[in-house]
Amino acid sequence: MSQKVLLTSKEINIILHRLACQLLENHLDFTNTALIGIQPRGVFLAERLAKILKQEYKIKDIALGFLDITFFRDDFGRGEILKANSTKMNFLVEDKKVVFIDDVLYTGRSIRAALTAIQSFGRPQSIELLTLIDRRFSRHLPIQPNYRGRQVDAINDEKVKVMWEENDGEDMVYLVSK
Amino acid sequence: MSELSVNHLLGIKYLNKKDITLIFETADHFKEVINRSIKKVPTLRDTTIANIFFENSTRTRLSFELAEKRLSADVVNFSAGQSSVKKGETLIDTVNNILSMKVDLVVMRHPNPGAGIFLSKHVKAAIVNAGDGAHEHPTQALLDSYSIREKLGDVAGKNIVIVGDILHSRVALSNIFALKLQGANVKVCGPKTLIPKHIESLGVSVETNLRKALEWCDVANMLRVQHERMDISYFPSIREYTQQFGVNKQLLNSLDKEIVIMHPGPINRGVEITSDVADSDQSIILHQVENGVAIRMAVLYLLASKIQ
Repeated sequence: MSQKVLLTSKEINIILHRLACQLLENHLDFTNTALIGIQPRGVFLAERLAKILKQEYKIKDIALGFLDITFFRDDFGRGEILKANSTKMNFLVEDKKVVFIDDVLYTGRSIRAALTAIQSFGRPQSIELLTLIDRRFSRHLPIQPNYRGRQVDAINDEKVKVMWEENDGEDMVYLVSK
Repeated sequence: MSELSVNHLLGIKYLNKKDITLIFETADHFKEVINRSIKKVPTLRDTTIANIFFENSTRTRLSFELAEKRLSADVVNFSAGQSSVKKGETLIDTVNNILSMKVDLVVMRHPNPGAGIFLSKHVKAAIVNAGDGAHEHPTQALLDSYSIREKLGDVAGKNIVIVGDILHSRVALSNIFALKLQGANVKVCGPKTLIPKHIESLGVSVETNLRKALEWCDVANMLRVQHERMDISYFPSIREYTQQFGVNKQLLNSLDKEIVIMHPGPINRGVEITSDVADSDQSIILHQVENGVAIRMAVLYLLASKIQ
């Protein structure tokens, strides 16, 4: 097993700021926008972006939610047993502009599940997708990100590992091959 | 890690502590789901569940059915009263006939102890025991412990007394197993005639004075006197039973601490518990019912994920 650095912490920081600015461009003051981190790994990215928007761009209130998609996945009973994570949505998304946030976009199935799961919280005006890593050529479904940090060509045996300082001790993105 | 150690839920006796923790953590998520405005998830849309009830039930059956529907499972209901059981069909035949209609999971209540265990050895489906005679009622014990955990933070180290008809109660037995597994101290309290011999071998102590038991405990789980299972007289009169083992507000107020009151239902108001206690803030009886749906969703989810 070998691993290659895809993004260093400095690069991640630059990308996060670019993504925050792209969000700002489209959502301005975020009054009608909800940022939703997809559990488990999208949560860190969502929190980071919200923090940058609050501290550096002085956005006061950002609706930030975490959505668990375990019970909405289409592979129940097909593989390993899935352990759920908590959903924290203390607002409704009715008529809001929702941005799904996840660390890696791979097959697109998680996002498909999230599109179903979000229906329990209302009918959003629109849904966009932000992802730090977009794995090209590996999609099973017609789902593409609106905002992407870095596009990566990885073969199916390889795994993209996104590490966050608050959880894993460092900000790094690795490409791991078996 | 995130898998039950068993393929059927036949009794708490067959579970380990990790299983209980996993069920509770999963139930936490389902509790959040059932408090949304849209209370349904599509997880079990491929799964068909048969609720087979050879004995009457309101709460348990409704709770299971709601849990199944909120997981999007297909549900078939069957009660022995209106079925071919009356025509002499055996249990295995009945269930196999139902299973040949492609049912994945069977939830069964039966008046005979061990009926679920027997069935699990002879048919190909996951079995959930919803009460078998005076043996076990695992989902009730799970939701009881879950409700204690919710109210008091943890079950370990808490003093819990089970009051009433211990002899005929599957709720008592399952509760004893569940509470001991989680490290609680358990006492049973009731007339000597309604306490099984050698119950101490399960690690519980016996108390025949209700006041002493209540002074000791953090939680009192009040059981119903099961007249339908009594073929002989176990105590002189209901009035005498109530005087000695019924909980009323006056008695609770005279204790120096506020204890939590539970009841698995159905309540016989004025017998084991008075209305002012059942409806007071100390009582978590209706929370138990709400938690029942979340616990049953968790159990069904975890068992269904082991099928295939």
